[in-house]
Amino acid sequence: MNWILKMAWRESRGSKKRLVLFLSCIVFGVAALVAINSFGSNLEEAMDEQAKSLLGADLVVEGRMPFNDRVEALIDSIGGSQSRETLFSSMVMFPKTQDTRLVRVRAIEEGFPFYGILETRPASAASDFRAANGALVDQSLMRRFGLTVEDEIRIGETTFPIAGEIINIPGESITAGLIGPTVFIPFSAAENTNLLHRGSQVWYNVYIALEDRHADIDQLTKSIEPVLDNNRASFDTVEERKEGLDRTFSNLTSFMNLVGFIALLLGGIGVASSIHVYIRQRITTIAILHCVGARIQQTFGIYLTQVFFLGLLGSILGCLLGVGIQFLLPALFSDLLPVEISYSVSFTAIFQGLLLGTGVALLFTLSPLLSIRSISPLLTLRSAYEPSGLHKYGSLQLLTYGLIAAGILAFSVHQTGDWSDGLGFAAGIFAAFGLLRLSAWLMVMSLRTYFPKSWTYVWRQGLANLYRPNNQTVTMVLSIGLGAFLISTLFLIQNLLLDQVELSRGENQANVILFDIQDDQLEGIGETVRSFGSPVIQQVPIVTMRLSKIEGRTLESLRDSEERRIPGWIYSREMRSTYRDTLSPGEKIVGGSWTGSYEEEDGDIPISVEQGVAETLELNIGDEIEFNVQGFPISGKVGSFREVNWQQVQPNFIFVFPRGVLEAAPKFHVLVTRTEETETKDAMQTAIVQNYPNVSVIDLDLILATIDDILNRASYIIRFMALFSIITGLIVLTGAVMTSRFQRIKESVLLKTIGASRKQVLKIMVIEYLFLGVLSAATGLILSLIATWMLAFFIFEIAFVPDFTPVAVTLVVVTLLTVLTGLANSRGVYNRPGLNILRE
Amino acid sequence: MSDPAILQVQNLTRVYKSGQHDLTVLDDVSFSVAAGSTCSIVGPSGSGKTTLLSLCAGLDRPTRGTVTLNGVELERLDEDERASVRNQSVGFVFQTFQLIPTLSALENVMVPLELNGNRNASGLAASLLDRVGLGGRLHHYPAQLSGGEQQRVALARAFINRPAILFCDEPTGNLDGETGEKVTDLIFELNSAHNTTLIMVTHNLELARKTSRILRLKGGRVEADEEVNITN
Repeated sequence: MNWILKMAWRESRGSKKRLVLFLSCIVFGVAALVAINSFGSNLEEAMDEQAKSLLGADLVVEGRMPFNDRVEALIDSIGGSQSRETLFSSMVMFPKTQDTRLVRVRAIEEGFPFYGILETRPASAASDFRAANGALVDQSLMRRFGLTVEDEIRIGETTFPIAGEIINIPGESITAGLIGPTVFIPFSAAENTNLLHRGSQVWYNVYIALEDRHADIDQLTKSIEPVLDNNRASFDTVEERKEGLDRTFSNLTSFMNLVGFIALLLGGIGVASSIHVYIRQRITTIAILHCVGARIQQTFGIYLTQVFFLGLLGSILGCLLGVGIQFLLPALFSDLLPVEISYSVSFTAIFQGLLLGTGVALLFTLSPLLSIRSISPLLTLRSAYEPSGLHKYGSLQLLTYGLIAAGILAFSVHQTGDWSDGLGFAAGIFAAFGLLRLSAWLMVMSLRTYFPKSWTYVWRQGLANLYRPNNQTVTMVLSIGLGAFLISTLFLIQNLLLDQVELSRGENQANVILFDIQDDQLEGIGETVRSFGSPVIQQVPIVTMRLSKIEGRTLESLRDSEERRIPGWIYSREMRSTYRDTLSPGEKIVGGSWTGSYEEEDGDIPISVEQGVAETLELNIGDEIEFNVQGFPISGKVGSFREVNWQQVQPNFIFVFPRGVLEAAPKFHVLVTRTEETETKDAMQTAIVQNYPNVSVIDLDLILATIDDILNRASYIIRFMALFSIITGLIVLTGAVMTSRFQRIKESVLLKTIGASRKQVLKIMVIEYLFLGVLSAATGLILSLIATWMLAFFIFEIAFVPDFTPVAVTLVVVTLLTVLTGLANSRGVYNRPGLNILRE
Repeated sequence: MSDPAILQVQNLTRVYKSGQHDLTVLDDVSFSVAAGSTCSIVGPSGSGKTTLLSLCAGLDRPTRGTVTLNGVELERLDEDERASVRNQSVGFVFQTFQLIPTLSALENVMVPLELNGNRNASGLAASLLDRVGLGGRLHHYPAQLSGGEQQRVALARAFINRPAILFCDEPTGNLDGETGEKVTDLIFELNSAHNTTLIMVTHNLELARKTSRILRLKGGRVEADEEVNITN
């Protein structure tokens, strides 16, 4: 063992450049994994430490309607410190600028948050705004509309002075503010807005900080759950909130880990290629060692030891780099995080990085290392005998491939935490690597078979270089192709998702939706809309109701008896249904028959049910269903199943009644319109909010811009992770070019000797790299189109219309990068003195 | 009474596959070499000299026949066992020196002893290198040495484990005349000092005549087996 260590050290002295490349291949993959895992661990610790501030209380009791006496008595019995909140969405207007915006209004009592800090500017505003009967306004709104403290905000029928801007709400990320900016007002002021009428979507919450800070929350929630359930109320605890966030962020870090893992695998291929060539160059040394009495295990041990220590050293450097990068990640995620992160080095992440880096280095080099077994000592006498002996694929080689596959699968399953997801990811990796390898092989075979003999010498030589002995074509196609695949897939998916949202911006598509229009406001609002030159595209009555019985059984009894699967949201949610005599565009009857109008003598009321919900509730045509329509029971039969295109920008419904049933029920209306000009839209919104303060205006263009913004933030993170794969790909590419550098020098010197000009030699190299770049990138891009199509079809269930602009840009950029890397690493090849090279 | 045979070759045949055809490079060769003697194997290119050397040293396996080296029948051994026999009983000198380029002169010479776990390899190697005139170049790498110097390092490496038999393959083939002579003198000097059996493959008849026996090969067979009267 001592001799093996000594020989491993001695043997490494003459190969510094190659070994630096070897290290670099591993470094970035390990760095990515350590950074992500360490960050994940910091995030977990932060969430543990700041768990209570995620909710701002120990417990929240929630309801969609004012609590009844039973629930109120229960809340009183819990005791502790309590803070009540009325939460609803509403349009607000800023009188100074006349701008309007849909916000989440939180009318809240003193006390909240019991844990964590409501950060405002000025800081005193967080506690003073109630006394001043003022409002706290989200900082994004303040910035967007150029507002300052002491400007005003109008909510419903009340105008509030702005007491401060909200910097941070415990448990909420900045991105949450982008989706629905928050405005705090005093709890008692909610009623004065006159927005809490019947049919409005209002949440009633009570934040509770228990007297006994160490009380058993689980036990408490178990005791209150039945009462809350039976009275259509619910609760949220710190643990539940934390679990939800844990799941979200663990999914995110797992995804990023998998992207980082791809960089490490790419590095593994680079290492394997580098060791393959290294061993080829060491054939004579190994033969000499065998000749003077070294056993196969001993020579194998020398190079295995080198790989082990290099892998370990690369992993250590990767860990150091990863720890550095870890400090960048919170900045990258800052807008998405609900907690403040403190930095600490995670030794588990470092250990995992060392293990993975060294493991990948060892696993991927086992195959080229095994070829040492077939190097005969006879090579010392006859260099032509068994010239390589390196391509024997015995059972050990197969075992190595099996180990690599098992390693990839184990990591994927570990990261995704699910066998099928892990298998899917691993299968994707194998498919991508396999197809890239296959395309490289096909390229080499096609070039050999259909070699363009009529082309000029320079072109023929450039092409022939792709399949000459010791070529690095496969390694290069893998590294370049995988890089192109990753970048392109990320762009395509982002564009795909944006295109879906973009569809709503198409011509004649609605871009403004007006909610909560009362019966007596309908005509006036219609006139207002038309006065701005906008059409009333759709006008829909909405009746809120709850599903109460199926086939005569209450939902509670069905849920308790577990006869039918009743999802929680169906049970607790107040549903918005409509009545009409025709199907909407995008709807299709897939079962039963559509009935548009109803008269009492027709018997049972035929109700149309959305297909997916019907399947969930296991409903059949003719089943009896009963609704509680704001206190009045209305029952009917399932008349038809509808397929609904939820992506259609229009009010879509689960339950649709025929005309003649719900006309007299308390209802509100939704009006859908379209305005071309932003100024017109803003003016229309202002006019509506001023005259009809209870009406909410949803600006789809604004939502689109917000989604665009969020997707950009998310894709920025993903691209950051993809960067590791790209850097590793470039290193592998550099390694592959440098590996064949000596051969290139020899060739170019030979060419120079027999009269080739510098320009011709350069042209040969450009042609070679150009072909490599184009073919590898094209293969990666074709794979990315297939992968995106599969994601679109199977995961997002949307049509995939490829955007070829990013594909074309990636093709050009990757090809240019390949040619430049190739040429940069071939610098000086032509200038090398001839005689020395030819004598070597 | 003559010394016992250190190398016994019985009906040795080596056939290589060449496409669809079999190529018999060595055909039913038998001979034995006494311990401590010197023997040259000569013959034209393609006569089977190097093949015979490789089989005698256990670097290759015969198609038929046996080689008994220092009492051990090589065909019965696997690759690692033959490596062990080479390490303990055999020294090599090659035409192309075959030094490990990443090791210094001293380290190259130490390798055979280190393989045995010998802790004094460095001292022994240094003294042997000193003996071949390279005491001042212990830490030079092969690329920093001339051809003659490299061959002297190879010679030191061949003798470091006090081999029972030394196989030389055209030891002066890559050297100029004067350097070749110096190396030859050194081979015989060390051989005599260590009482090692010497088997040398060469084209150089003048060099061959320095050994006590010449085996002439032709077409894979022993054409002649001559005793030589050594005059110098």
